[in-house]
Amino acid sequence: MTGVVGAIVEAWGELRIHKLRVLLALIGVACAVTAITGVTALVSMLNQSFKEQTERQSGRVVTLNVNAWSMGENATPPTGWDAEFDRVLERYDITYASRNEWTQAVVRYPDGTRATQVQAVDADLGTINRIVPVQGRWFTDADEEAMAPTLVVNEAFLEAQGLSDLSSHPTVQLGDRAPVTAAVVGVLHDDWVDAEPVAYVLYDQFHRWIGPDGSGMQSGGSGPVVPNPMMPPQVPSMYLWVPTEQSTDLGDQIKRDMQAVAPGWEVDVQDNNYNTGGLDRATKWVGIGVGAFALLLGGLGLVNIALVTVRYRIREIGIRRSFGATSGRVFFGVMLESVVATVVAGLVGVVLAVAIIKNVPVERMFGSGIQDMPPFPVSAALVGMAAAVAVGALAGLIPAIVAVRVKVIDAIRY
Amino acid sequence: MSLLELTDVTRAVRLPDDRLLHILQGVTLSVDAGEHVAIVGRSGTGKSTLLNILGLLDAPTTGQYLLEGVPIGKLSNGTRTKRRGRDFGFVFQQFNLLPGRTALENVAAPLLYARGRQFWSRTRLAAEMLERVGLGDRVDTMPDKLSGGEQQRVAIARALVRGPRVILADEPTGALDVETGGEVMDLLDEIASQTGAALVTITHDLAVAARAERQYRLTEGVLVPISLDTTSDWVGDVPTLVADRSARTERRLPDPAGEAEVLA
Repeated sequence: MTGVVGAIVEAWGELRIHKLRVLLALIGVACAVTAITGVTALVSMLNQSFKEQTERQSGRVVTLNVNAWSMGENATPPTGWDAEFDRVLERYDITYASRNEWTQAVVRYPDGTRATQVQAVDADLGTINRIVPVQGRWFTDADEEAMAPTLVVNEAFLEAQGLSDLSSHPTVQLGDRAPVTAAVVGVLHDDWVDAEPVAYVLYDQFHRWIGPDGSGMQSGGSGPVVPNPMMPPQVPSMYLWVPTEQSTDLGDQIKRDMQAVAPGWEVDVQDNNYNTGGLDRATKWVGIGVGAFALLLGGLGLVNIALVTVRYRIREIGIRRSFGATSGRVFFGVMLESVVATVVAGLVGVVLAVAIIKNVPVERMFGSGIQDMPPFPVSAALVGMAAAVAVGALAGLIPAIVAVRVKVIDAIRY
Repeated sequence: MSLLELTDVTRAVRLPDDRLLHILQGVTLSVDAGEHVAIVGRSGTGKSTLLNILGLLDAPTTGQYLLEGVPIGKLSNGTRTKRRGRDFGFVFQQFNLLPGRTALENVAAPLLYARGRQFWSRTRLAAEMLERVGLGDRVDTMPDKLSGGEQQRVAIARALVRGPRVILADEPTGALDVETGGEVMDLLDEIASQTGAALVTITHDLAVAARAERQYRLTEGVLVPISLDTTSDWVGDVPTLVADRSARTERRLPDPAGEAEVLA
């Protein structure tokens, strides 16, 4: 016990006295640990950013996309589609799901009335597709019960309405003959320049407004069905966020379930579980490569300075041997100096990495914000620390052997 | 049983040209607890080698060295090292204080290799020892801020802090002026007698050697008992002697050139 404590005390004393040497030797190690930890954290952030960008397009991993196509010209839309959708959610305990129906509605603008693309969705789409409005908010479940329709629109829609923000709590007129007033509650960023106006509306609310038969789509209220011979019948697609490990089985089961209520229709289920591991692995290896190289350089610097220092300290080692320091103790002491130093450097490196990661300009660096910021990579910090200690031990080994091989008498006279 | 006992000890080293250099030849010496023994000799006569052997820093080529009756040849390296730390205190001519450490840290340094109470109370013990050598007010002073005499007193405190049974002083006054050297020797004598430690002093200062109860002269590796007083002085390569206390031993040893005249 006293031997170990004594060796640590001795090692710490050496480091304290040779501050400059320690500082110079350890800058490399600290940089290496910062590189290992920081690059790993940045890679995590990059991956998360990439993942979130992908999920904004195709939903969270894994999102099942259920589509149906009519197999004949006379096929009628399945009547139990929406009811089966609710049953599927309940049966398979799916928390987040959304129907998605692309259609058009007549919208009044200051310069006139024109048909505008409308996407009828459920509120869960906001979670599934990580939708973050640039103004206002996305839909909530409470919106479904609202008397008047609520809309989330894109920036082009808002601009076409002659508005720049939602501070005036704007409303828009939907429909032509008997218009409905809808409140705009949120604005989404345009995906590209010169985007066309698009409005999102809640699926159930939309169908209440246009009527069960869709007759109010053009007029803004229920009315007699006017079939459009140019438009084939369609059913809404469905997005279902399911656990990755169950996605394949659930996909098959849901396909069977939905197919059962849609005779004459072809139901297809696809998932977005693309293999993105390649990017993960590549970036991980880049991180490890950078860190290992930095650690190698740091370690070489450490060995170099440690060797010079041991030669400089040979007399002192001899004097300590005269006090009763065994060769094992001298070996352990010199090595421990290196290890203690690298542990301190490792800690500095980790702190530095934390400081850098916490101050990364995420928006500027990754093009968009990260919704679910990955946690600081503790494992990478631990790996960095362990690597630093290993480098310290290796760097200490050579000078420790030199220190032990010195003859005590010669050392005292050195 | 003597504390230290050398019998017919030799020490030889092989030179680069493969010749053997005999540094010590047939050295016989015993030191009892509390004794003060001085060994005089010119540079290069093997004084330091003898001290290194006594202090377990070196080993005899032939002959026997008993430490409290135990042949040191039978001790493992580790045991020898531990006994060196526990039983011997070294005082060097150049003080050999650890640079960058305060006086207190220097004195506490040997206690880093001690165990139990000595280890855990090292700072207090070191402070007490510095107080004892009259440097209680310089505990936090760096060696380079101390005078030569003060540095040697720190070195003495460091040599004594583990309570050694033998103090080995290699030219303890060699780097000091006469007055300071006298003070340092007074201190060494005083503390050695207080602690009951044996004191073996190597010196070429005959006045320092004359303080010892027994004196020896080392010439070309041969140890000869002599008697000195404070009036002794070097004549050529040998000191003037008050009396030869072991003429029989002297006669058995090779007679260095010119020595017979002085002995007569």
